[in-house]
Amino acid sequence: MRGLLADRRARIGFLLLGVSLAIAFIGSLFVHDPSDLVAKPLMPPSAAHWLGTTGQGQDVLAQTIAGARASLTVGFLVGFLVVAIGAVIGTIAGYFGGWVDDVLSLIVNVFLVMPGLPLMVVIAAYLPPGPGTIGFVLVLTGWAWTARVIRSQALALRERDFVHAAVVSGESHWRIILWEILPNMSSLLASSFIGAAIYAIGAEVGLEFLGLGDVSQVTWGTNLFWSANDSALVTGSWWTFVPTGLAIAAVGFALALLSNALDELGNPRLRGEDDFIKRLRGYGLRAGGATPVLRRTPGGAVESTVATSTARAEAPNGVARVPGEPGKKGETRVQP
Amino acid sequence: MKFLLRRVGFYLVAAWASLTLAFFVPRLMPGDPAHALYARFHGKLGPEAIESLSKALGLSHDPLWKQYFGYLGHVLRGDLGVSVSYFPAPVIDVIGVALGWTVLLTGFAVILSFIVGTLLGVYASWKRNGALDRIAPPLLTFLSAFPYFWLAMVALFVGGLTLHLFPLRHAYADYIAPSFSGEFLWSVAGHAFLPAATVVIATLGGWMLGMRSTMVAVMGEDYITLAHAKGLTPNRVMFRYAARNALLPNVTSFGMALGFVLSGSLLTEIIFSYPGQGYLLFQAVRSLDYPLLQGLFLTITFAVLGANFLVDVVYVWLDPRAR
Repeated sequence: MRGLLADRRARIGFLLLGVSLAIAFIGSLFVHDPSDLVAKPLMPPSAAHWLGTTGQGQDVLAQTIAGARASLTVGFLVGFLVVAIGAVIGTIAGYFGGWVDDVLSLIVNVFLVMPGLPLMVVIAAYLPPGPGTIGFVLVLTGWAWTARVIRSQALALRERDFVHAAVVSGESHWRIILWEILPNMSSLLASSFIGAAIYAIGAEVGLEFLGLGDVSQVTWGTNLFWSANDSALVTGSWWTFVPTGLAIAAVGFALALLSNALDELGNPRLRGEDDFIKRLRGYGLRAGGATPVLRRTPGGAVESTVATSTARAEAPNGVARVPGEPGKKGETRVQP
Repeated sequence: MKFLLRRVGFYLVAAWASLTLAFFVPRLMPGDPAHALYARFHGKLGPEAIESLSKALGLSHDPLWKQYFGYLGHVLRGDLGVSVSYFPAPVIDVIGVALGWTVLLTGFAVILSFIVGTLLGVYASWKRNGALDRIAPPLLTFLSAFPYFWLAMVALFVGGLTLHLFPLRHAYADYIAPSFSGEFLWSVAGHAFLPAATVVIATLGGWMLGMRSTMVAVMGEDYITLAHAKGLTPNRVMFRYAARNALLPNVTSFGMALGFVLSGSLLTEIIFSYPGQGYLLFQAVRSLDYPLLQGLFLTITFAVLGANFLVDVVYVWLDPRAR
């Protein structure tokens, strides 16, 4: 946690997210009912209604804030469920291996290769509209990604000495999974949760924009749905969709910053690079093409050096070659 | 070859799974297309119409397994039932035209975004902490936090309504008949520009950051140092030694991201009333056109499976270990 706060991007992310959450959950207590018809429809921003009014004559500011509460609640709940299911299936597949892994990996890959939105739409169209339905389809289509990432990490941890030791000392499989493997993935679990929440908020907005949510509720998605429905674009009423979009982007950007910072925390090679570049700058030098490697000094402080073959061979206490996972960060989750 | 055969097997399993899902989901859930269609006519049809509508839509009282095999047979012959909102046009005809536009728009946008994003990633990591490397990643991360379709709304508002630079809707101007004339192609390009640009802007960041971080890892390898030591030109080292190897994870995630990007571009089509799969999907949802929904799900899924197979072929070509 302290390592995370040392990162500038993470601090900005925390701040932005905190402000958004505060506005969503505390601010929504102070605005009046977002469904109230307060003024003439499609009025531009004014002193009485800071962000103008919607096509029905509701206050856009109240709708955006109330929408934040609804959408963020669903987003974070779905994120949590996605990571919980993904972690269970991923660790089981990675830990047990063999046919268990084959079967689970096949299911995971099938879910991954199916395009998300059409599948969500097909299922959501048959269920009664509402947050429950949206949450259900989001979890159903979202868990596979997390499961895949966690499986590969579990696969790597499975071969570590401390897990072998636990197996030899006769610990049960479940104890090893719960006490040896999962705690060692905490930073991965955290960044998976953030990734899943970003995905959930984006997909939720998309589904509701299509009209698959409960359109009588006020959420970010239904705000945009009504904005498009009341032909905001044709009438030039930009204020009906711009605030919601900016709010979504602010939360998404904050979460992405946190996720990047967490990735670096889990992948010290990237972190060392920043250190190294800063140190070079202190001497008025510019970083070249080399990749830094971390070395642990006796005091425990991490110091970065340049990875050249000679440095590696000469370092007596062993340069801590961090097992970088080139594939991990390359897999970018794209939101619909 | 063995790798490709295994992948073909996997895609067959995935295709079967999506077929089965598309069959069972409607039957497990409350609601019935025949009744939904019946309700849409607001009592203008007699109750006996439900029966004939069910027949027309291919619903029956046969045991489930019989329906299932009948359904598989129909789909394999390309018979996806009859659309409700375009009644009595068969779903396959309704989808056929739209699929072309979606493949054109999304395919072009995705490939362009992949190439540009990857190149940006290569240059950013090569000149690490240079101007590009400091400005582009946070900017693109910020842009990719917007929902695609929201960016599309803004693009339409600014580029179409305010500045009048681009057309507002459809895939080509109404007064031109489709042909291979220069005028028509120019009109198609003009109409595709804004929707494609929004998809490119929203997805560029993912490719760039992915490529950048694998490049960072690859550039620490000894063979890069050796290539430099041999005195090869920086360009050669950058592309033939570093980028070629760093590209592999990006190519793998390309296949997987396709589904996500496609989902986003479907929503973009709705904003621009672009006559593709997304616009049909929107209409199908609005009018509870279940056969069309199902058909769309299947064709989009099969298109993604096919594209993934192409990605696998590229992968084999790039990575000798897969051969």
